Amino acid sequence: METLFHSVTLDKDKCVGCTNCIKHCPTEAIRVRGGKATIISERCIDCGECIRVCPHHAKKARHDSLSILKNHPYNIALPAPALFGQFNNLDDIDIILTGLSELGFDQVFEVSRGAEIVSDATRKLIAEGTLKKPVISSACPAVVRLIQVRFPHLCDHVLPMKSPMEVAAALARQRAMAQTGLAPDDIGVIFISPCPAKVTDVRLPLGSDRSQVDGVLAISDIYPQLVHKMNHLTHVDPLFKSGLIGVSWSFIGGEAAGLLNENHLAADGIQNVIHVLEELEDDKLTDLDFIELNACSGGCVGGVFTAENGYVARARIKRLRKYMPMSCNRAEDAGDPAALQWSRPLKENPALRLADNVEDAMRLMQKAEQVFTTLPKLDCGACGAPSCHALAQDVALGLAQETDCIFLMRRQIQEIATRLAGMEGFVPPSNEKGEN
Amino acid sequence: MNINLHYTVPGDDFTQAGAASGAVKTTLKQLGFRPDVIRRVSIAMYEGEINMVIHANGGEADVEIVPDRITVVLTDHGPGIPDVEQAMQEGWSTAPENVRSLGFGAGMGLPNIKKYTDDLTIDTRIGEGTRITMTVLVNG
Repeated sequence: METLFHSVTLDKDKCVGCTNCIKHCPTEAIRVRGGKATIISERCIDCGECIRVCPHHAKKARHDSLSILKNHPYNIALPAPALFGQFNNLDDIDIILTGLSELGFDQVFEVSRGAEIVSDATRKLIAEGTLKKPVISSACPAVVRLIQVRFPHLCDHVLPMKSPMEVAAALARQRAMAQTGLAPDDIGVIFISPCPAKVTDVRLPLGSDRSQVDGVLAISDIYPQLVHKMNHLTHVDPLFKSGLIGVSWSFIGGEAAGLLNENHLAADGIQNVIHVLEELEDDKLTDLDFIELNACSGGCVGGVFTAENGYVARARIKRLRKYMPMSCNRAEDAGDPAALQWSRPLKENPALRLADNVEDAMRLMQKAEQVFTTLPKLDCGACGAPSCHALAQDVALGLAQETDCIFLMRRQIQEIATRLAGMEGFVPPSNEKGEN
Repeated sequence: MNINLHYTVPGDDFTQAGAASGAVKTTLKQLGFRPDVIRRVSIAMYEGEINMVIHANGGEADVEIVPDRITVVLTDHGPGIPDVEQAMQEGWSTAPENVRSLGFGAGMGLPNIKKYTDDLTIDTRIGEGTRITMTVLVNG
């Protein structure tokens, strides 16, 4: 399925082949082979955990740079609301938005506007009663991909609505076309992102054929230039057109709060998300209406592309949102309500399955179990697999050998050494002519 | 020389809360009032407006602007405030759960209005409604 592109990549020169990343990957998508980490493309969900834990800074994520502005004659910046919490001593979001204009964008359209449209449309859709409860938020691409890979039976619980980024991109382009008379291909819509999952999401969108976003910049990458512009503005334009609900999407709990429904749960951090999804799979969360899940601790403000600590950013945004009007954007602003929903259903990603059919899978699992019994169950990672179970599966699938396990190899060497010691003093006769 | 503004604050759509005080803030900026005066009026009116939406099913806002004074009158036909002294206590709130995760319900609304205004009058009748009159003096 989605094997064509991943934002998360490895800098081989910096990788020393330690075991930190393989142990933290939520889909066991990394192996160490030949002393270097390799990512199993089919399993990777671009959550960025490996980037967080790598002590050698060998894990990176691809994104565009400001040179992308040259690709189109007219460029629109789509800042994620997480951007608003990145700056110290800031009390006016228009300073950020005007700063973005000074960086070379012709227009700025906040993603928080799209978020308010999605909140409005979601409130209405949930009220219709046709969705399977609890409804799972679809705004975090890493979580949706995690569900496709690890919890595929929950795919029909995921809210089939486009993300605020996509909604904002479509609306921004539409409006710019009407204002300027330019053709759609002349307009570059550039998302300013807190995370790598969104980079992959734009290249390989969920629920539709093509993204409305043309490029993704990382907040941390443009931060120094943006701060410089913000500190040297000659004027501040009144560009901000979002409310409290929209900016609150930047941190965990904000999306759920915007539904004005107290019967919800919000969980952040990929391990906590996994725990919640496991409970949901076991039918333990049937009383809830809505579940908000963010792969990053703290929500989007905790993404790997941010410049500021996620909790500091959240505190700043909470201060900025005080006394904002509730919401400045409605579902009707996006025109056709059908345009807000996914055009195709969410499908399972069978990357974790052992085989295409049950019989082959059972055979492979039996082999894996047999191999597993010989392993020390230490999950040390020295073989390059995250756990003894993973190595056993890799052996069954023909991707690794039992002797990759150094404990198994040590046992074998011990047996050989014992036999050699038992043969001490015994020299077998030679078959060479003339000897003896 | 005065300007009178009137706003209807809807009670059935929480997402429209804050629009009236936002509009007044924009007007005061255009008129060139000092930033600290604008801040006091917008915060006080915002708190009162949110209260009307959360507790009283909306109401009406009337704003009178003269060069040395801004007066905001918020009128609703809600349940009224049973114990005004208790409502004025910091931390006392009857806000429902579904707006607390948006940051509301800390119980600072009425105390904040008192803090930011030069004069505050609360006229309330149980079962009939509440009228809050607040004044911010330019040289207060």
